[in-house]
Amino acid sequence: MAEKKCKINANSTWQEMTPGGTIYDAANSLEFTTGDWRSRKPIWLQEKCKQCGLCVPTCPDSAIPVIEGGNRTDFNYDYCKGCGVCAKACPFNAISME
Amino acid sequence: MNKCKSIRERLSGNEAVANAMRQINPDVVAAFPITPSTEIPQYFSTFVNNGTVDTEFVPVESEHSAMSACVGASSAGGRVMTATSANGLSLMWEIIYIASSLRLPIVMACVNRAVSGPLNIHNDHSDSMGVRDSGWIQLYSETNQEAYDNMIMANRIAEHVDVHLPLMVCYDGFITSHSIENIELIDDESVKAFVGDYHPEHFLLNRDEPIAMGPLDVQPYLFEHKFQQGYAMKKAKDVILEVSKEFEEMTGRKYGLFEEYKMEDAEMAIVVLNSTAGTAKYTIDRLREKGMKVGLVKPRVYRPFPVYEIANALKNCKAIAVLDKADSLNGAGGPLYTDVTSAMYTSNITSPKVVNYIYGIGGRDVRSTDIEKVYNDLRYIIDTGDMGTPYRYLGLKG
Repeated sequence: MAEKKCKINANSTWQEMTPGGTIYDAANSLEFTTGDWRSRKPIWLQEKCKQCGLCVPTCPDSAIPVIEGGNRTDFNYDYCKGCGVCAKACPFNAISME
Repeated sequence: MNKCKSIRERLSGNEAVANAMRQINPDVVAAFPITPSTEIPQYFSTFVNNGTVDTEFVPVESEHSAMSACVGASSAGGRVMTATSANGLSLMWEIIYIASSLRLPIVMACVNRAVSGPLNIHNDHSDSMGVRDSGWIQLYSETNQEAYDNMIMANRIAEHVDVHLPLMVCYDGFITSHSIENIELIDDESVKAFVGDYHPEHFLLNRDEPIAMGPLDVQPYLFEHKFQQGYAMKKAKDVILEVSKEFEEMTGRKYGLFEEYKMEDAEMAIVVLNSTAGTAKYTIDRLREKGMKVGLVKPRVYRPFPVYEIANALKNCKAIAVLDKADSLNGAGGPLYTDVTSAMYTSNITSPKVVNYIYGIGGRDVRSTDIEKVYNDLRYIIDTGDMGTPYRYLGLKG
C-alpha cells in the first residue's frame, strides 16, 4: 500500500487514486512540501549567528535543521512558510526577511 | 440462501425499522430525536438498556453531532446506523457530504417530513429530496413491510466492496412511521446470517495499518474522487438487484429498482414514491373495473436513478403523470419529474406526454379521488392532444 501512496500525484488518474483520498500510510507529511506556499523568505546571516539556538524552537514547522553538536544550519525551504517568527526571536539580527 | 422463518406481527413503521436495527445489531447508533423519527432512537435505546443489542448508543446533542459521530465510528471500522427527519437532516447537511465522500457505508432511516418553514411536522419529501445529489443511496418504501425489508437489505448494499456509500431508507412520516400494519418479520438468526459481519478493508483502528482519512483534496484530486463516488453509485444498481434477489430467496418477497402495477397494457401511468402508491393501486383497481387502462410505476431506488429501466417501463404509455411530494420551487417541475423526463429523453422515448403534479405538501391529504382526477386529466390529454401546462398542483386551494 505504501507503494500505491507514493504513486499518487497530480497526474494520477481516478483508477489510481484511493477511495475518498485515504492515505494508507503514516508519517508522510515530509512528502508534502508546504514551503511552496512561502510568502517571505528568511536569510540566515551565518557571520552574525552566535549559535545561541533561540530561533530553533520558535519555528512552527521543522524548517531550521539542527545538526549533531546542537548547531543550526541553513533553512530548509521545503517547509518554511516565511512567517518570520525566527527573525523576531534572533537577538543578533542574524536572520533577515526578504 | 435458506428460507427464513416468518413471524407475523403488527407494528408501526418506526417499530418495524427499530426492530430491523435490533436484529442487525450495529456497533454504533448515534441519533438525536426529531419528529416523526423520534421513536426509532427511543425504541432502540430500550434495546440497548435491556441488553438485547451490544450497540454503543451515542445520545448526541444535535443532528450535526449525530452524523459526525457516525462518520467517526464508521471511519474507525464500525457498522453504524442512525435515524432522522426534516430539519434534523438539514442540520446534518454538512456531514452528509463528508460521509459519502469518505465512502462510509452508514445506514440511516429517513422518516420523510416537510422541511420548515413555515413550521410543519407532517409528511412530504422535501427533506430527502434536498440531499438527493449528496452521494447517498436512497431507497423509498410504500409500507411498513417495505421499510423493514429495505432496512434489512441496507447494510449489505452500502458495505459492498463495489459500493461503499452511505444509504438512507426513506418512508413517509406518520402515514407509514406511526400507522400500525400487519407485517412479516424475519427471524433473528436469518437476519444475522443474511446481513453478516462487517469487515472493512481499511479502518482507523487497525493498528497494523495506520491510515489518514479526509486529507486536503485540492485541484488535481477532488474531480477524480467525485468521479469515483459517481462510479460507485452506478455500480450500486447491480448490487441492489443482487442483494434483493438473495432477499427474495430468503423471504419470498420480490424487490427490484421499482415496482410496476398493472403496467402491461397501461395507456396512462402515474409515477409516485412511497405511501401514495398504495392509494394509487386502490384507485387503479377501481378504474380498471370501469375499463380504464391505468397503471403505476413506483420507484424504490431513487439514487442511483434507474434511467434506462424506468424509461423503458413507461415507453408504451400515451400519457404519464409524475407526482412529486416536494416542490423544487424552480418554475420547472419537481425532482422526480425532472429525472423521469430526462431519463425518457436520453433514452430516446419522446412520444408519451408527461406532466407533473406537486401534491401532498406539508402532509396535505391525498385521496383516491385526487388520484382519479389525475387519471382523468391524462385521459383528457390523450383525447384532445392538449397537454396544457405540464407543471401542475394537486389539492392546492385556489
